[in-house]
Amino acid sequence: MSNPGLVLIGVLVLAVGTFSLRIAGPLLRTRFELPARMEKVMAAAAVVLLAALVATAALTDGHGAAGIARPAGVLVGGVLALRKVPFILVVVAAAATAAGLRLVGVR
Amino acid sequence: MRSIWRTLQQSLDKGLARDIALVCLADGVVGLSYGAISVGGGLDLWVPVLLSVVVFAGASQFLFVGIVAAGGSPIAATIAGLLVNSRHVAFGLAVSDVIGAGWKRLPGSHLMTDENVAFALGQDELKRKRAAYWICGIGIFICWNLGVLAGGQIGSVITDTDVFGLDAAFPAVLLALVLPSLRDKSTRTAAVAGVVVALAVTPFLPAGLPVLLALVGLVFYRTEQSPKKLPEAKVVV
Repeated sequence: MSNPGLVLIGVLVLAVGTFSLRIAGPLLRTRFELPARMEKVMAAAAVVLLAALVATAALTDGHGAAGIARPAGVLVGGVLALRKVPFILVVVAAAATAAGLRLVGVR
Repeated sequence: MRSIWRTLQQSLDKGLARDIALVCLADGVVGLSYGAISVGGGLDLWVPVLLSVVVFAGASQFLFVGIVAAGGSPIAATIAGLLVNSRHVAFGLAVSDVIGAGWKRLPGSHLMTDENVAFALGQDELKRKRAAYWICGIGIFICWNLGVLAGGQIGSVITDTDVFGLDAAFPAVLLALVLPSLRDKSTRTAAVAGVVVALAVTPFLPAGLPVLLALVGLVFYRTEQSPKKLPEAKVVV
């Protein structure tokens, strides 16, 4: 591990910075009253970010593709979630699909 | 604090409580893998544990320990983490009302995660949004940190958590949480466009930026198409 002191400073700066990013929204919103239409856009923006997060986490690894096992697992989980299967099954099925495929050599 | 808790309990039905518990459990397992990966990668236990408590943002934590464990600069790891966490600005704007006013904004902001934001946005009434956001946030905080601690202890035993398919569990959890919000057609169009943009730029840009660029998809967002718009139009004009 590199210099522990520098790592500690890095962790603390990341903590303060992340908290600032998180509280920025609530602080801004109490200063300015947003029109109802903007509120909907804000909610849509959050959903767009979350969807992009799901897609990149499921399909990519670093700068490349994530292979087959992980996307397949997420796909199975997604289909089950659409069919309103209990949440625990969604999670277990996603992990089990990815693990099962890897077990038989599909990465 | 007690009065908030009572309000939350009242608006919490059995189904919602069960779903929240499962999200927390799933996150605890992901935390387990994060702790194991960090310590297995050669980091001291305090690094993943401290990150979990004071940063409390999974994706940036994975990125931070990944860079540092690989011998990279902690400064680069910090910048990368901040970039990944910048999406919280948009989350904060979206869930400000859900968090509440006054001192509640301090713990409420720290508890902001992809999961409880997605959960809150998927509920219909403000009361349920609040319950989902706060209880899910507190639960994830507890489960995540316990998971990380446990994972750190067994870190050297488990070397490859991908064997258990845990890398597929996180996106699946988030996908299940975001699905209700995608019922709105206009939001869905914007999300699909955003996903295409994010995936297209992933090979060229550092982690975090592709997700931010997905906001380009909002050009396809039209509030007019929303079915809930009609009664609200009078208030706006």
